[in-house]
Amino acid sequence: MDNAQTAKTERNFVGLSSIDYRGKPSTLCPGCGHNTVSNQIQQAVFELGLMPEMVAKFSGIGCSSKSLNYFLQRSFGFNGLHGRMPTLVTGACFADRRIKAIGISGDGDSASIGLGHFKHIIRRNVPMVYIIENNGVYGLTKGQFSATSDLGLELKHQGKNFLPPLDLCMEALISGAKFVARTFSGDIKQMKELLKAAIMHNGIAVIDVISPCVTFNNRDEALQSYTWGRENEAPIQDITYVPRAQAIHIKDFQEGETREVRLHDSSSIILKKIDRDYDPTDKHAALDLLTGSYKNHYFATGLIYIENAPTNIYDEFDFVEEPLNRLTPDRLRPDAAALERINLMYH
Amino acid sequence: MDHPIVHTQAEHNASVNDFCMTICTVNGSGSATANTILYRALFNMGIPTSGKNIFPSNIKGLPTWFVIRVSERGYIGRVPYDDIIVAMNADTFQKDLTYLPEGGVVFYADHLQKPADARTDLVYYPMPIRQFVRQAEVPRNLREYMENMAYVGIVGQVLGIPMENIEYALGKHFGSRQNALESNQNIIRMGFEWAANNLTKQDRYSVRKLSPLSDYILTDGNNAGALGALYGGVQFCSWYPITPATSMVEAMIAHNPKLRKDPITGKNTSIILQVEDELAAAGAAIGAGWAGLRTMTATSGPGLSLMTENIGLAYFTETPMVIWDVQRVGPSTGLPTRTAQGDLAMVYRLGHGDINHIILIPGSVNECFEFGWKAFDIADHYQTPVFVMSDLDLGMNQWITEKFAYPEKPIDRGRILWEEDLARFEGSWGRYKDIEGDAIPWRTVMGNQNPAAPYFTRGTGHDECGNYSEDPQNWSEMIQRIKRKLQNSCEYLPGPILREKAGARIGVIAMGSTDPAIIEGQDQLEEAGLAVDYLRIRALPVCSVVREFLENHDRVYVLELNRDGQLYGILIQELHDYSPKLISISEVDGLPMTAIWVKQQILAKEQQNG
Repeated sequence: MDNAQTAKTERNFVGLSSIDYRGKPSTLCPGCGHNTVSNQIQQAVFELGLMPEMVAKFSGIGCSSKSLNYFLQRSFGFNGLHGRMPTLVTGACFADRRIKAIGISGDGDSASIGLGHFKHIIRRNVPMVYIIENNGVYGLTKGQFSATSDLGLELKHQGKNFLPPLDLCMEALISGAKFVARTFSGDIKQMKELLKAAIMHNGIAVIDVISPCVTFNNRDEALQSYTWGRENEAPIQDITYVPRAQAIHIKDFQEGETREVRLHDSSSIILKKIDRDYDPTDKHAALDLLTGSYKNHYFATGLIYIENAPTNIYDEFDFVEEPLNRLTPDRLRPDAAALERINLMYH
Repeated sequence: MDHPIVHTQAEHNASVNDFCMTICTVNGSGSATANTILYRALFNMGIPTSGKNIFPSNIKGLPTWFVIRVSERGYIGRVPYDDIIVAMNADTFQKDLTYLPEGGVVFYADHLQKPADARTDLVYYPMPIRQFVRQAEVPRNLREYMENMAYVGIVGQVLGIPMENIEYALGKHFGSRQNALESNQNIIRMGFEWAANNLTKQDRYSVRKLSPLSDYILTDGNNAGALGALYGGVQFCSWYPITPATSMVEAMIAHNPKLRKDPITGKNTSIILQVEDELAAAGAAIGAGWAGLRTMTATSGPGLSLMTENIGLAYFTETPMVIWDVQRVGPSTGLPTRTAQGDLAMVYRLGHGDINHIILIPGSVNECFEFGWKAFDIADHYQTPVFVMSDLDLGMNQWITEKFAYPEKPIDRGRILWEEDLARFEGSWGRYKDIEGDAIPWRTVMGNQNPAAPYFTRGTGHDECGNYSEDPQNWSEMIQRIKRKLQNSCEYLPGPILREKAGARIGVIAMGSTDPAIIEGQDQLEEAGLAVDYLRIRALPVCSVVREFLENHDRVYVLELNRDGQLYGILIQELHDYSPKLISISEVDGLPMTAIWVKQQILAKEQQNG
């Protein structure tokens, strides 16, 4: 049996194979960074053993948003309006609070037209994985600058970019996100582990994925190109996600070289030091890292910031136990006696 | 609208239970409570009463007018003049006098400078209200507020409102807040007794008790709409503050905890969520509706402009949601605190491309309640956005209205398939398939665990299963089916209300909050010798009754509160065979329509056309 077949027949603990997590064939350009994200999402959900029906996918408009269709075909998906993905999630998530929401956006969605929604869904702490497939360019409209394009970037029909880029990890941090990560489509192991941790995080988890556009913004010197990413990526830790059920053998990791961060469901993220001791629970350190990495032209990836999220927006409402969308009509309409009291009140 | 009114003495002799009184104050001075006490006391006497607040877009310091109309005959529309004013605002005193007819009445705070050249054909009652406030030793921070309460007593005494009715209104307002009740009562009594001992009745206006209005209540349309939504089983309301829709959501916030606890567990079954803007309000409502919640938002014109792209998404993805448009005056920021019916044309086709919507148009507070719950059934049934178009006059003003009636029909959730339901279709289900042949598909919602349930929702071209499609035939069939679905809805929507006069060959069509003005105008026309039938449209798309009405009349005037005749425009487009019969009468100045205007406009047009 070759490796591919092994992968197909391997079953996770809900008895599904990776095929059950696939999407439609991608129509994105061959080599597009977004396809890597799609693949790693389906792999992460498969490995976590979540039923695909327990995940819902949301997106806006753009190449990144199209990719929603290329993973988790057995999950509900909603490809909405440019920049408005967070608004859909804000409403939908309340219908069934067991569902894990994954939102896919691009830098056009989240850094430009929907920047307000990006920041406000973080403020609301809607439990979801918020992914930005960030390639620093408008792909579907064929190569215009985005708000994350580097200063001085030159594009074929655009000339030279005279505006500085926004850093969405920075925006997420100062908006109060309790899980902020950056990864790279050229670093699939890190991406998958971050995705698993993000899915299990009890609040909004923002992952800025530098995901090169091979057609419009992949010149070697471009900030979001494969070459620049590969040459300048500086992972801040080596990340392993450890599910709750699995005992951690700390001896697998060299003492003093690792940090363990516990998630709300008692699963863990094991962070192995690479070249310096980075504390991802220190917000100031995170801001310094992001400022320094742009200034000094290196590309810091990994779990940039994490804070335990004991509660999320659901805890602000004392909801009935079952999903709200399954409440029968008799539980939604007040009775006639209450209406009599109302009529009396206004009489 | 300019209404040159000529009042003859004969018309105005001894007006019992028939006058219009305007309290002229400064906004932010706390006069709302005093005004509420006055009109509620009148209502409690059994007299049909309405209260209109003509207020500025401002928090404190600008002129505001509260207009109370009492009408034994039950006319509750606006009249374009005052019979009585209560002058509390020095800045507008002089001008306020000009709205009075000969013999009109002026109650004025005696610390205001009575204009040197004040009209001599009016009856003046000075009110030493500051003196009362001093006597009552009112704390400094409450003095301005209490000055307002003082006029309630004086006006009540002079008009003949019994103290027991005022006390009833006080009790209603203050409830168990005994201290507040007593201090307010004290000031009102001082005024009441002072007037009895010091003023001589010189005017012709008075009130008398009628049999109690047992089947009626007094409230505003926004409150009614909020209650209607809660009785309609709303589960999700995302919103962004905007005048004049805000008070609807605030009423929901107030009533929700009492009304919408789960009867089994006592836990919450609904959410009201203020979000960052109207785009988010619409987007979140769509997300919730898509996922199977009964969902709504409430806004006004500028908010709808922002929601437009989202509404197109909801329409094309066939997502149920309810949108309340409490209309104010546009374009642009316009007159945020004044009323109009100027959003109709926009809303009917809100969105780009081939689009049209179901619109419900309540004409009374009671209908705000009724359409409040019905809108959710219609939205779920037809899987489409449903607009409820109210306006500032209906939404924010106080109206006498029939008691709210409990919904006569059970909740209609429309065609939703759960896990076990899917088996019925043996794999042939598709999200947009017209399985029943009535253009309404079946849908599944997020959380359904049947592996066949999930589908991909997109605003892009899609086939019957939701897959991306640019196929020309598919596009055409999809957009035609949605059109059929909406056309089929018209007979299911609230039908028009017909008010006939014997032998009428002339018709009037109107909608919404102009109803009281049209009814009164129709009666006035009859008195003037012109019988007209009146059809009030309560929903779009129009149903066959409207066509029959046009068929059966020689000429039909379409009256509305906007510049260009927007309802008229829709009617001539949809019922173009009858367009020669249709005549538009429309005007907007920010104020509610009046019966006198209705009468004058129709008489003038009849001279041209008749």
